[in-house]
Amino acid sequence: MRTARVLVTPKPVINDPQGATVKQALNSLGFAGVHEVRIGKYLEIQLQASSDAEARSEVEQMCRKLLANGVIEDFRFDVDPAEEAEKAAAAADAKAAQGRSGEG
Amino acid sequence: MKFGVVVFPGTWSDRDMRLALSGVEGAEAIPLWHKERDLNGVDCVILPGGFSYGDYLRTGAIARFSPVLESVVEFAAQGGLVLGSCNGFQVLCEAGLLPGALVRNANLEFRCQWQHIVCERDDTPFTQGIRTGEVLRIPISHGEGNYVADPAALSRLEQNRQVVFRYCDSRGLVEAEANPNGSQHNIAGIVNERGNVLGMMPHPERCADADLGGVDGLRLFAAILRTPAGARMA
Repeated sequence: MRTARVLVTPKPVINDPQGATVKQALNSLGFAGVHEVRIGKYLEIQLQASSDAEARSEVEQMCRKLLANGVIEDFRFDVDPAEEAEKAAAAADAKAAQGRSGEG
Repeated sequence: MKFGVVVFPGTWSDRDMRLALSGVEGAEAIPLWHKERDLNGVDCVILPGGFSYGDYLRTGAIARFSPVLESVVEFAAQGGLVLGSCNGFQVLCEAGLLPGALVRNANLEFRCQWQHIVCERDDTPFTQGIRTGEVLRIPISHGEGNYVADPAALSRLEQNRQVVFRYCDSRGLVEAEANPNGSQHNIAGIVNERGNVLGMMPHPERCADADLGGVDGLRLFAAILRTPAGARMA
């Protein structure tokens, strides 16, 4: 299993009234240095894929088809290589199997 | 003439729409469930207001992939009449049947109010009998009706005269103060290039009964009924 982390953000030309409101709130809380706030979406996707390249291409298609609207939003993402996690899981499985055969 | 009113989970204006149409002579309205592909031979598809699929992700984003929409896209490509109001407009933009997108109202408010709109052209199937420059009073009810398109798309819309309705004041003046949501060019409704698909934020079904404050919505339904059967699928 791999984890993809997708960020969907309003395009720079799109007004973001939510961001503007939060920026004002931060300013009024004393964070005088806050110049701009843009609000987007964060998605965490667990997916099965045979390779990193396949996972990346799948996530890219997901973004283009559904997750972002190209008229108003940009997207970027990264995919965890997840090899470490998979290796650890495989090792645990092997150990468990060994344990069972030992009992037998 | 047979109207099909699409119902997604979360649609809220479908019954009002059918009730309004039931008062129009010559109109018959049936519901079209989102999982159905069969449009049952309707002459006009209506995508009513509401919060299809909870408006999750983006307004209209999930509805756009429903089975019924596949048929609606095909129907529109054949020249069939499609009217999307409010959430229906959002779905039409997500589906690519209309250009642009509808984003959060610039004032961050949900606006539920009577609204004046001016008709920009009387030669669409949805506006025959409404004079160009005539002001209609039709309710709006939305939090995400702020129409945006990139500059190229916007100038194409204007050049092709695809803007059908603009927000205005009671005298028909298209001004920033009369714009309830920040839409570019005060856009309240547009058609596709062919003119057979209309998306509009106002709710014609909410002003189809004099006892409820107005009947301007009936003008749109009357226009559709005036469209000759041949032209409906030209």
